[in-house]
Amino acid sequence: MATTYDKIASTTLGSASSSITFSSIAATYTDLRVTFVGASTGGANLRLQLNADTGTNYSKTNLYGRGATADSARSTNFGPIYIADDGITSTPHFYAIDLFSYAGSTYKTFLWEGSEDNNGSGSVVRGVGLWRNTAAITSVILYDNGNTFNSGTTATLYGIKAA
Amino acid sequence: MLNTLLGTLSEGVAASTSSYESIATATGTGSSATISVSSIPSTYASLQVRATFKATGTGFYVDDLLLRFNSDTGSNYTKHSLQGNGSTATAVGTASTTSIDCGRILSSDAALANMTTTVIIDIHDYASTTKYKTVRIFSGDEGNISNTSFRVFLASGLWQSTSAITSLTFSTDAALNFTSATQVALYGIKG
Repeated sequence: MATTYDKIASTTLGSASSSITFSSIAATYTDLRVTFVGASTGGANLRLQLNADTGTNYSKTNLYGRGATADSARSTNFGPIYIADDGITSTPHFYAIDLFSYAGSTYKTFLWEGSEDNNGSGSVVRGVGLWRNTAAITSVILYDNGNTFNSGTTATLYGIKAA
Repeated sequence: MLNTLLGTLSEGVAASTSSYESIATATGTGSSATISVSSIPSTYASLQVRATFKATGTGFYVDDLLLRFNSDTGSNYTKHSLQGNGSTATAVGTASTTSIDCGRILSSDAALANMTTTVIIDIHDYASTTKYKTVRIFSGDEGNISNTSFRVFLASGLWQSTSAITSLTFSTDAALNFTSATQVALYGIKG
């Protein structure tokens, strides 16, 4: 059988930057998966922006454990989604985002997970997000408003193709 | 190496791109209350389902999405879930039940047009003929509505059978039909 899990692109920051962009994403696959391992000296919060849409066309529900507390939160009619629950610190945080049927003609739903441990603080988070747009996803931007990701921060885009 | 690391760190990642293969797909028809993948070969170490789901019906938002193996409708399943509904986090466990919950499936209510439930399911050691089968589920349904019907859903399930899994069947608690926006993809992960 053909391999169905491909690395499309990968970026490792050579210097601090406020964003990582994957663009010109072909409609070749069924799903996309984005992974991010990064640190920030300024407390950046990872946000997800699709097709450079900055409008309030996103919503999300998340579930998180922070210290001894488990809770859930929702945002509707929101701008690009906060994937992070806590701000990213100098300790690397890991995130993975699954974008389903990204080239289809329905709104785009995605699942994500975050691991944010800082040796005394931090969170574990899972979430579901919705981008209310029927266009195929052709670009993914991981960014923060005002803060930067450290040099060495890595993001990778994978494509998963069903038979 | 990168893929191996990410496979260790995250849910649902194949350890190597060359070990992750598409086995089969199934699409909803709008006229059936079940959707299945059958004749699953025993040639992989694990299975992964990646799917979008959508049910018929209006006037309500969600129904429970259920999974069974090998057409077994007996009380041979157990399950635990951790859910976030946008307001609170809750956990529940159920023993000796007739299916495994996979979260909530969105209905075809007009308020949810163009929206689907998304699900990732990992089934480990599915071909064993000596062990019960353990399942991990991560799903979510988001409707841009401030209503606690919508969930982030994490779950484990156990099928108390030593038979190799050869088929998967999804249904809903209210026996709703699956629309054509339901697309189930089954992948095999080599050991």
